[in-house]
Amino acid sequence: MSDQEYVPKSKFGKWFNDRLPLLTLASHLTEYPTPKNLNYWWTFGGILTFCLITQIVTGLTLAMHYIAHADLAFESVEHIMRDVNYGWLIRYIHANGASMFFLAVYIHIFRSLFYGSYKSPREIIWIIGIIIYLLMMAAAFMGYVLPWGQMSFWGATVITNLFSAIPFIGEGIVNWLWGGYSVDNPTLTRFFTLHYLIPFLILGLVVLHIWALHIPGNNNPIGIDVKKPSKDTVPFHPYIVIKDGFALLMFMIVFAFFVFYSPNILGHADNYIEANPMVTPAHIVPEWYLLPFYAILRSVPDKLMGVVAMLSAILILAALPWLDTSKIRSAVFRPLYKQFYWILVADVLILGYVGAMPAEGLYLLIARVATAYYFIHFLMILPILGFKEKTIPLPLSITDPVLAGFPNTEMVKKKESLN
Amino acid sequence: MKNFFRIFYLIILLLTGSLQANAAEKVELLKIDWSFKGLFGKFDRGSLQRGYQVYTEVCSSCHSMKYVSYRNLAEKGGPEFTEEQVKAIAANFEVTDGPNNDGEMFVRPAKLSDKFVMPFENVKAAQAANGGAYPPDMSVLAKARTGGVNYIYSVLLGYQDPPSGVTMEDGVYYNKYMYGNKIKMSKPLSDDLIEYNDGTVASEEQMAKDVVTFLMWAAEPHLEARHKMGFKAILYLIILTILVYFSMKRIWSRIESKV
Repeated sequence: MSDQEYVPKSKFGKWFNDRLPLLTLASHLTEYPTPKNLNYWWTFGGILTFCLITQIVTGLTLAMHYIAHADLAFESVEHIMRDVNYGWLIRYIHANGASMFFLAVYIHIFRSLFYGSYKSPREIIWIIGIIIYLLMMAAAFMGYVLPWGQMSFWGATVITNLFSAIPFIGEGIVNWLWGGYSVDNPTLTRFFTLHYLIPFLILGLVVLHIWALHIPGNNNPIGIDVKKPSKDTVPFHPYIVIKDGFALLMFMIVFAFFVFYSPNILGHADNYIEANPMVTPAHIVPEWYLLPFYAILRSVPDKLMGVVAMLSAILILAALPWLDTSKIRSAVFRPLYKQFYWILVADVLILGYVGAMPAEGLYLLIARVATAYYFIHFLMILPILGFKEKTIPLPLSITDPVLAGFPNTEMVKKKESLN
Repeated sequence: MKNFFRIFYLIILLLTGSLQANAAEKVELLKIDWSFKGLFGKFDRGSLQRGYQVYTEVCSSCHSMKYVSYRNLAEKGGPEFTEEQVKAIAANFEVTDGPNNDGEMFVRPAKLSDKFVMPFENVKAAQAANGGAYPPDMSVLAKARTGGVNYIYSVLLGYQDPPSGVTMEDGVYYNKYMYGNKIKMSKPLSDDLIEYNDGTVASEEQMAKDVVTFLMWAAEPHLEARHKMGFKAILYLIILTILVYFSMKRIWSRIESKV
């Protein structure tokens, strides 16, 4: 990307770089011109990288002590918690790390939605991101099964049973997934294998995600194309590195608070009861980060259509670059879109809330309305808005508004929409 | 910076929202000030030792605690009995070991490294002796119930006569806080049921508090270490964050742009 070719100073460096241009890569990563007006919502990419590495490192350590067997899994987790040196710390980081990972990814996704980062020329980055998000959900779901508690077992039963909704071959697929006629030891061992594999797939996709990002460069809060490098950009190191580092530290404080002071608050008490196929828990609830989709699933009366709705709710995001017909990226210059954006945020939060509640009465009604709105937002509002909306004129470069005190007016506007 | 606080605020809002969503409670549980809550929460050593006494003399006749070892009773952050005391405690129990060189199983007194001896051989035996209900293992019980320690404390003190019109079958008892108000465990605690070794008056509330404290320790034996490390870790992070903040300001002051 950088315009002038990088030449190593030392002779050995040059010899090596001619054969494997690692130094060119390092130079590209440090020099990488980044818009200087990126706000803190942009720091979650770095935070997510941290989350992934934390999960892999703690996960590897846990795998050294965990036993993937239906009779021993629960006990081995207690062994980790009690007898392995700092096992409690590693496990609590891993368990809460999953929640922190999803918290960060949701902020990352909603940042992209607000500033239109999915639009041309960044569609591939966005689609790779959606695949990463899908894999994250698969990894998190299978990871939650591994302690072999009651929620693990019944969560696995409910989710795998969704495949039985597929006509004709559904039953066969479910038995194939289970490796038997119910969730049992073969299910646990294959989930463990896949839970181990998926993070490395994610890691590979993250490399592609960043590679694809480095072709057009970062979007920015103004959403206009930036000339690179120019006075509108700063080199990634040290400017963005230190800013991401600062944000990461703030994030780690929240993270540490959960790990050390309320490590079980995001989990479900029933998962400290060993799995028992004979006893069904009163409420089977997934982890909080899957609740919006769980609400969509349950809001459709037909099982097959429920599964279709749930999957479409995620896959529809992949079509977003073409569903959103507006050429303007940032919501800052789209007064109407901005309002619909916040309604969507509220809609997803409501879906998450009703997902945790029993699917009956008023909750079910709210879930249905919210589900319908979710699809209306993407399938109707966004395509129409692009043609109808009167947008605010864009500035010519980001330097002008930055110097003219533009961020302040932007902030005031956003505050209004928050209230 | 302002931006940052907004992110922070939103995170807190999101999390508390999802928590409230999970905690759908109907009956208000009894609550007391547990010494192990809070940033510097520690177990009350005396309470843990008394709680162990309640557990052995009352609960352990039906409830196992299969993930806790006798040695744990002497470890730091626990009841902290002396090693001699724990050896004497363990010696009261018998475990089946073997096979020995003759291929025979044999019975020997428990050692520090043994797990707590279970009152029943297996789940079926436990059910047979308890009218079909399995007394749950108590190792992680304090974490395995919504409401946690407050819930267990409330159930222990929640036995009442059934309201008029509600008839209970034989061997089923009415409990205000139990899910469905029906419990198959008879009222386990009553004033002066046991005599505390340290002379504390064994009131029902005192025993409930002590045994729940003990259960919390059994479920989270490293709780004190966790709180201690947490304080240090967060303090360290805060100091580092401040330093990085000023470095960031310094670096960004080279260009005319705000962070």
